[in-house]
Amino acid sequence: MASQLVEKYMRTEHLPHIWCPGCGNGVIMHAVVRAIDKLELDKNKVCIVSGIGCSSRAAGYLDFNTIHTTHGRALAFATGIKLAKPELEVVVIAGDGDIAAIGGNHLIHAARRNVGMTVVVINNNIYGMTGGQYSPATPAGEFGTTAPYGNIDRPFDIAALAAGAGASFTARGTVYNPAQITSCIQKGILHKGFSLIECISVCPVYYGRKNKKGSVIDMIKWQRDNSIPVEKAGKLPPEELKGKIVTGVLSQATYPEYTEEYAKIIEKVSGGINYEQA
Amino acid sequence: MVKLVIVMKTLKTIDKWCKGCGICVEFCPKNVLGLIDDKVTVQNKEECIFCGQCELRCPDYAIFAEENNYEQAGFNARQ
Repeated sequence: MASQLVEKYMRTEHLPHIWCPGCGNGVIMHAVVRAIDKLELDKNKVCIVSGIGCSSRAAGYLDFNTIHTTHGRALAFATGIKLAKPELEVVVIAGDGDIAAIGGNHLIHAARRNVGMTVVVINNNIYGMTGGQYSPATPAGEFGTTAPYGNIDRPFDIAALAAGAGASFTARGTVYNPAQITSCIQKGILHKGFSLIECISVCPVYYGRKNKKGSVIDMIKWQRDNSIPVEKAGKLPPEELKGKIVTGVLSQATYPEYTEEYAKIIEKVSGGINYEQA
Repeated sequence: MVKLVIVMKTLKTIDKWCKGCGICVEFCPKNVLGLIDDKVTVQNKEECIFCGQCELRCPDYAIFAEENNYEQAGFNARQ
């Protein structure tokens, strides 16, 4: 018998999950569940969409309407679901490789259209499931199995990328502070429009071991010592923010929501006739 | 008539789910927990203040505080 929250929102027959000891995915999945519980959403009105990767296994463990889709295309499927059933609360759970590399194009266009969904990005800085290849979120100079001499690519700032593409809500949190992730996800779900929450996770097995980051506890303590709240970061010079994690609600704006605009077009063209009932 | 509700909290662990990462042991502010054979165990039960840090941080949902409420009827505040 697990905790009430886990019993209510997870498929406990599939637990324990396959994630490695200390993996941040479990903490973030718990935060998603806690946010949904705090908002008292109807389980049948929530749809969890995920792509491929370690993080995307979450759709299998969560007991909502769930769909496990193809690599990088979670946002495309989620857009379709939201357009067909705008009353659903669509939550996408995806990894950094899934959303910023393979699904990079879907990300910028879903953000540009401002489709009303919440995207929880689990950023562990590496492709964990396939054996530690470097991802677009691997910091420059770090190692991966495909970067044995160090990665020369500059990493993506996923939250800034989404905000630049037109996302109306972006936030960031770390696994060190699950309460902050929960509150960011809550705000993201309540926000009308495309909201993206970048959760900085830990991959102690592939990323940590390859880069000699120590144990999972050392990695979480590093997050604690290197995160700066966004309110404080605004007052600091850019040099001091190098290599730091800025956390909190990063940007918020009001743009027309896509499914609402689409409904207006249907209304305009059909002249108010409801063809579904006719 | 006032109803007296006694809240009983107990720390529960699930051995089958614990993978022995040690996060809860490290972040427990009262040093309540320990690892035996790579499984979490409650070692100083009396020290626990039910802050919920272990439940919040456990990636495997293997530790949590269970709440049981008992109602004691017939308690009168004026007496």
